[in-house]
Amino acid sequence: MVSLFDILGPVMVGPSSSHTAGACRLGLMARAILGGTPERARIRLHGSFAATGEGHGTHRALLGGLIGLPPDDLRLRNAYDEAEAAGLEWTFENVDLGDDAHPNTAVFELERAGERTVVRGASVGGGRIEITEIDGFPVSLGGDYHTLIVLARDEPGTIATIAGIFAKEGVNLATMRVDRTGRHKDALMTIELDEPISDKALEEIRSHRWLHWARRIEKIA
Amino acid sequence: MHRSIESLIRESEETGKSLPEVVLQAEVEESGRSAEEIRERIRKTLAIMRAAIEEGLKGEVRSPSGLTGGRAARLWSAGPRLLGPRVTETLARAISTLEVNAAMGLIVAAPTAGAAGVLPAILVGVSEYLELDEERQIDAMLVAGGVGGVVAQRASLAGAEGGCQAETGTAAAMGAAAVTWAAGGTNQQVATSVALALQGMLGLICDPIGGLVEIPCIYRNASAAMQAIAAAEMALAGLDFPVPADEVIDVMGEVGRRMPVAYRETAQGGLAAAPSARKLVQIQPSRRPTGISA
Repeated sequence: MVSLFDILGPVMVGPSSSHTAGACRLGLMARAILGGTPERARIRLHGSFAATGEGHGTHRALLGGLIGLPPDDLRLRNAYDEAEAAGLEWTFENVDLGDDAHPNTAVFELERAGERTVVRGASVGGGRIEITEIDGFPVSLGGDYHTLIVLARDEPGTIATIAGIFAKEGVNLATMRVDRTGRHKDALMTIELDEPISDKALEEIRSHRWLHWARRIEKIA
Repeated sequence: MHRSIESLIRESEETGKSLPEVVLQAEVEESGRSAEEIRERIRKTLAIMRAAIEEGLKGEVRSPSGLTGGRAARLWSAGPRLLGPRVTETLARAISTLEVNAAMGLIVAAPTAGAAGVLPAILVGVSEYLELDEERQIDAMLVAGGVGGVVAQRASLAGAEGGCQAETGTAAAMGAAAVTWAAGGTNQQVATSVALALQGMLGLICDPIGGLVEIPCIYRNASAAMQAIAAAEMALAGLDFPVPADEVIDVMGEVGRRMPVAYRETAQGGLAAAPSARKLVQIQPSRRPTGISA
């Protein structure tokens, strides 16, 4: 649905909604998935991001997002210095991910406090983004919701249990997607929510024996 | 948001509400935000639009590529030679916002970053010339938003989908509607201004040099602002257009869908593929843009 402020906005640092604002939101989302500002980032750029990124401030916007700057923050202009000050070490590489990859794709390899995460996503137009892969698992995230990603054994009742935990808290589920690797193997669940996920709900979900891991991702600007 | 100009106008006629009230009410219902909250956000949006124009007119902005910066100020200080001052100022204001955009300044992407210069240029100018108070400017923005919403749903706002006509063409239609309404035009004149503005932008391709939102974008914004203000002038004088606004919008969508991909923001055709343009973009970009204090 189109909102008035999609038309009379967004307010953003130029020059491009896809190559600057969208790139920044990709960085913000990668940071949210990692759970904080990375210490090291290897960023690979594909297609138009690789070809015209420098002139569009794409590199700055990606780095700015990784250190938590929103798309309307003028510090994006100085994101190289800002990222240095935030203790981020980074490298950029141009890559060819093939014809099937969206032309504005970035792949982040991020490290923080000994944890490593690989995030792939694309800027799909008008500042909107889609995260398509986390640590090799296919996902589809736009950053517009609070999100929970769960990898669990594919057993009856897991979905009901998780939905029940949120129901108890009065949190509304916006979307839910389940992909499984095979019958009675593992299932990857992506749950988008209108409200933030409480520590208590996350703990409760993590306490179940069928759970491999659960990751909470905050909604981004 | 409404899906046709016709339904915006019909609701206005049936309820006795003004066009801005109709747009505002739809947004209140869809977003759950209060009317005051929405008007306040538009007030802030207008302030950012004015600030961007001011910044660019100082003449110090430069883009990282070096392709743009300083031209708005040059035109502003040269002043009118052939045109009336209002026209020359409108051109300079449109270029100004796009130069700020290219230099990684703060802009309002209304409806897109690449077409961000059009609506502010004519709205800020007309507000000054007609001494419109801020509430009326907010009303004019609502009219612009309503028109842009219709185009977004019926056609497209993206250069990659519909060429420059989808970006600066839509911006011109929004701007024409805003100032036609603000200048006291009837609902029908507002609709006619949309048709007149957009018909003059049909077929315009998106062919940015180096794929950057710079050249010809800054000039396309200037000419779209000109198209918008001319459309408003003609509509206010009672000139008509035989094809209704909604149909012109549909035509724009159709032209966009049939436009070769080389002319849809791929930098593979048009000016982007001209020999001199190809040479230009081999220039190494500087490490950072200059001129805007963070």
